[in-house]
Amino acid sequence: MTSERPKILTDKTHIPGIETFDVYRKNGGYSAVEKALKTMTPDEVVEEVKKSGVRGRGGAGFPMGMKWSFLAKPEGVPRYLVCNGDESEPGTFKDHWLMKTIPHLLIEGMIVSSYALGANTSYIYVRGELMYVVRILEKAIAEAKAAGFLGKNILGSGYDLELYVQPGGGAYICGEETALLESLEGKRGNPRNKPPFPAVKGLYQCPTVVNNVESIATTSWIVNNGGDAYAAIGIGRSTGTKLISASGHLKKPGVYEIPLGLPVQEFIYSDEWCGGIRDGHHLKAVVAGGSSVPILPAAMLLKTASGEDRLMSYESLSDGGFATGTMMGSGGFIAMDETACVVKNTWNFSRFYHHESCGQCSPCREGTGWMEKVLHRIEHGHGSMHDIDLLVDVAKKIEGNTICPLGDAAAWPVASAIRHFRDEFEWHITHPQEATRPGAIFKGHMELV
Amino acid sequence: MKVTIDNITIEVEPGTTILQAARKIGPEVAPPAMCYYEPLKASGGKCRACLVKVTAGSEKDPRPMPKLVPSCITQVQDGMIVENTVNEQVLETRKGIVEFLLLNHPLDCPICDQAGECHLQDFSFQHGVQQTRYEEERRTFEKQDLGPNIQLHMTRCILCYRCVFTADQITGNRVHGVLNRGDHAEISTYIEKAIDNDFSGNVIDVCPVGALTDKTYRFKNRVWFTKPVDAHCDCEKCSGKVTLWYRGDEVIRVTARKNQWGEVLEFICNTCRFERKNTADWTIEGPTKVARHSVISANKYGANKIVPEFARRLAASQYKDVHEGRDTSQLNIKQLPEERFKQLIPPAGESAVAGIRSIQNWADDK
Repeated sequence: MTSERPKILTDKTHIPGIETFDVYRKNGGYSAVEKALKTMTPDEVVEEVKKSGVRGRGGAGFPMGMKWSFLAKPEGVPRYLVCNGDESEPGTFKDHWLMKTIPHLLIEGMIVSSYALGANTSYIYVRGELMYVVRILEKAIAEAKAAGFLGKNILGSGYDLELYVQPGGGAYICGEETALLESLEGKRGNPRNKPPFPAVKGLYQCPTVVNNVESIATTSWIVNNGGDAYAAIGIGRSTGTKLISASGHLKKPGVYEIPLGLPVQEFIYSDEWCGGIRDGHHLKAVVAGGSSVPILPAAMLLKTASGEDRLMSYESLSDGGFATGTMMGSGGFIAMDETACVVKNTWNFSRFYHHESCGQCSPCREGTGWMEKVLHRIEHGHGSMHDIDLLVDVAKKIEGNTICPLGDAAAWPVASAIRHFRDEFEWHITHPQEATRPGAIFKGHMELV
Repeated sequence: MKVTIDNITIEVEPGTTILQAARKIGPEVAPPAMCYYEPLKASGGKCRACLVKVTAGSEKDPRPMPKLVPSCITQVQDGMIVENTVNEQVLETRKGIVEFLLLNHPLDCPICDQAGECHLQDFSFQHGVQQTRYEEERRTFEKQDLGPNIQLHMTRCILCYRCVFTADQITGNRVHGVLNRGDHAEISTYIEKAIDNDFSGNVIDVCPVGALTDKTYRFKNRVWFTKPVDAHCDCEKCSGKVTLWYRGDEVIRVTARKNQWGEVLEFICNTCRFERKNTADWTIEGPTKVARHSVISANKYGANKIVPEFARRLAASQYKDVHEGRDTSQLNIKQLPEERFKQLIPPAGESAVAGIRSIQNWADDK
């Protein structure tokens, strides 16, 4: 069963010692670099990526080939490729796992992608907390360089590439691409106003492409097997496979590579994947794409509003808009059973966004703190009924009015939790003593699956 | 390039921002700006007070923009149609921005030196609501001295970054910046180092609120009791063009001159600002022109001598009697919201009568 599933990123991860250059090379590694540099022009590589239809795996889901084709190419100005390894979304841990398990896959992808974009200097920006991953990557880069896959005149093709790893300072906001570039330049990680977009003025005011770790790691497979083969996997405009970080009350949490289009029901309950909800409990709610995306009640997640099975794909997950849908996001799949308190969870997310707001623009700086304080009050039994409408109103005033998407990311979980779990918020307000008791479970009107 | 803002069309140079185009039309349609400051490069886009709705992107591509855009950094396109004061969503969002900016602001206007010339006061009077829904504790900071002449009262700060840009661009070495994140971010000089620079005093002028104040003027007077006078001197370091603020015969404060948007025209040096406090140091040019709506002008300057501004003139020239003998009951006439009506007509009293008379006189002359 498992062997039939297409494996693009995880086909070699089970091999012992795959983090070393020799083992990786013996198992067919760096063949994409050889193929691209020796037989393909940069434009042909871009064309293959376009054909594959692969979409950015960092959260926004923007087609990667299209992003690459937007890159401005003025004469005499260097271009940069920056890999965004600042994965800090609560619930998402796929890039971390990929980088530490098979660092050479990322480096191979970086070489191929840099070649396609004409970048001679590229950076991997890794989250500050993951210093050991930085060391793994640096060791892998040194190995690749010693073998002639990095540096001057790679494989005699005349193409030069220097690859650097830069640890961040541990701020969530530096995962936003323009804040990442500011941070990489050595400045305070404040997002920039857009336009201009990084494709025109990015790192050091030069054209830059910023891609997620998983997106870049995919490119070597696309070069080896062709864009059409990649596009054959998946469903509709959601092509290929996606790493999902499954966590929460599941029997088998972990990182899974799924073909897009897999039914959500199968992903949660099949033994091949998460194996269902822990014994004796039922699924209550799911945050399907990392903490920023709207939370959905179990029933709404499994079936769309029109009654069809919901699939793990960009389109199906967002079916119905925010009224009945959510988003693919970065693939942080957090499942909660009936013991989880939605109010507490929402407060926890809010606390995170309050802590991580950069403080540059006023709606996010002030609004995230306000929402956190109000949610803290409700969670601890001091809320009042008008607090619920207040939260909805504050979320509405943050959403869409900020410089970067952190404002939206902070507003959506709150707005969606109230949209779908208003009863539970009201219960916290009307029955504070009951609700604040340790181990309290909301038994009000709600559909468990 | 033609751009239409609130149904008024104006011709502007390419590269003009929406805010600048709106300012050309007049203050009634100009969006408020709490962080944007024309003399400072890279300022703007942070406070979100100037968000406007673009209902048509350009002649070529007349699709509306999906989100509200910050008018201070968005350049106009030919044929762009912008809604500012006529758009419900914009006004609602602006109310929200006032509320956000006031969340952690102490509202200690009665003891604040900036009161009367505070942009946040003006902004909240014009666009805010009277009550707050915020019940939680506000964030506070200790007061800090930035050198002998400047005091930083971070609690009042709205993090517009203007002083950071000033310190970066006007003064030589960069010792002034922002520490920490989110609502605990604070302006600081790394770390509590005095800004030892000849032009450091300009951070006081650019501050829209009372977070950075002049220690030589602190608690000396309320700004509406003082008389501003334009003056200049032969200064080796700066242009020497300043505004002196008199109480009786005494110069109690020296600031740079500002335009009608509260932006400094020419930055001045610390010697002019903090040390030249005698009339004998200066050549007096005459009283500073102060906008009539400002509290500084209260009862001092003849309102009837001020020519009505563009939008008022426009309103007067387009004024038609609605009772011109036709049945208007079928028309869907939308009344101006009362607040806006109040803004157009000065408050009651002698000056109000004079103001209306001046509009009517002007219209009659036409």
